[in-house]
Amino acid sequence: MIRVVLPAHLRGLVKVHDEIELEIQGPVTQRSVVDALEARYPMLCGTIRDHLTQQRRPFLRFFACEEDLSHELLDAPLPEAVASGEEPLLIIGAIAGG
Amino acid sequence: MSGVRVLVGTRKGAFILASDGKRQKWNVSGPHFAGWEVYHMKGSPADPARLYASQTSGWFGQLIQRSSDGGKTWEPVDNKFVYDGVPGTHQWYDGTPHPWEFKRVWHLEPSLHDPDTVYAGAEDAALFRTTDGGKSWQELSGLRGHGSGPHWQPGAGGMCLHTIILDPRNPERIYIAISAAGAFRTDDGGKSWQPINKGLYSKYIPNPTAEVGHCVHHIAMHPSRPGVLFMQKHWDVMRSDNAGDSWEKISGNLPTDFGFVIDVHAHEPETIYVVPIKSDSEHFPMDGKLRVYRSRKGGNEWEELAKGLPERDCYVNVLRDAMAVDTLDKCGVYFGTTGGQVYASADAGDSWVPIVRDLPGVLSVEVQTLS
Repeated sequence: MIRVVLPAHLRGLVKVHDEIELEIQGPVTQRSVVDALEARYPMLCGTIRDHLTQQRRPFLRFFACEEDLSHELLDAPLPEAVASGEEPLLIIGAIAGG
Repeated sequence: MSGVRVLVGTRKGAFILASDGKRQKWNVSGPHFAGWEVYHMKGSPADPARLYASQTSGWFGQLIQRSSDGGKTWEPVDNKFVYDGVPGTHQWYDGTPHPWEFKRVWHLEPSLHDPDTVYAGAEDAALFRTTDGGKSWQELSGLRGHGSGPHWQPGAGGMCLHTIILDPRNPERIYIAISAAGAFRTDDGGKSWQPINKGLYSKYIPNPTAEVGHCVHHIAMHPSRPGVLFMQKHWDVMRSDNAGDSWEKISGNLPTDFGFVIDVHAHEPETIYVVPIKSDSEHFPMDGKLRVYRSRKGGNEWEELAKGLPERDCYVNVLRDAMAVDTLDKCGVYFGTTGGQVYASADAGDSWVPIVRDLPGVLSVEVQTLS
């Protein structure tokens, strides 16, 4: 079981107040985590990554274990601490716009 | 008993203002979709309980929300807006080719007859339609495929398709407007389109009378006269009596003919309203006095409407989709400001009161008259 923290706007959209726990089959990567998120909450489609290109939206970042993983390859394994559920994957809205 | 529901889209959520037919006491609900920009919200003429909202964010992209109970509850529907075929390019601000990229939906126009059919005006400019209540969207690509498409250029607010008018007598006829391409009309249900900008004069483009390139801010039509259109252009208030085939200037005695909104009285097709704004570089009213101007003669002769509106120190703007009318007798007129006020007149503009004063900046106002 892995843990994901969504930004406040998306927590409101999916009506959750806390972390989300997801069961991931196979390697735990950015792509597999977002796939699992979208499968459980279809309204998230298009809000984290582009519908067509599947690229992360420009003002979102992926943080975990005190590191910015945003520029890692989509299919690169996330840190073991995330895969084991010890640490959450943080999806962060960039601070922009004042 | 009759009543009205005012649907307000703001920079930080949506609000629904409801009143009975007297329009004196208001119930305010919201914010719905708190923290998100709601560019537009509109109800179906065929089923007033069915509402659609365009919820958008620079961070999280576009969502479309649908309500089947007059805005009490909402559900997100499909948000996949994909340009048909190879999108191609339009002109960027510097004149270079720029790929068409979907950014947001500016305007939702429900069908006059079917609650599940809705048109969506997008940035970058394109017209989409759903016929299944928002479960899927398809582009009417004949518009963007018009030969002039590669020459369209964004206005300061982006290259947005912001106005959609459905002809109540001819289901094949639709009018749309794009900043800054101009106005277009289809007479075959959206398959093919023609620019309808003859008579517009825009000194800020290389050819002031070009077929396309005009910054049309908004167009309004009275449903009893679908061939008569009123336009607030960047500068100039215009009128067409032949379905847009040609336009004439009706700015007349307005103190400034820059502005964004324009609308038509519900029962008097020759009575129109605008909110003059000082200039394209100073987006606020003249002399700090917020004023609506009304013409009862279809333009040229305008009267200032001031009763109840700020007399001093008012430097708000009224954006293009932020004025609407109800169909009660007397006609109610409503507009919202970038300062978060929504003003209402229950006497066709003779006097005004603020329904709310402190909302986030208002992006759009629509009204439903309920029986």
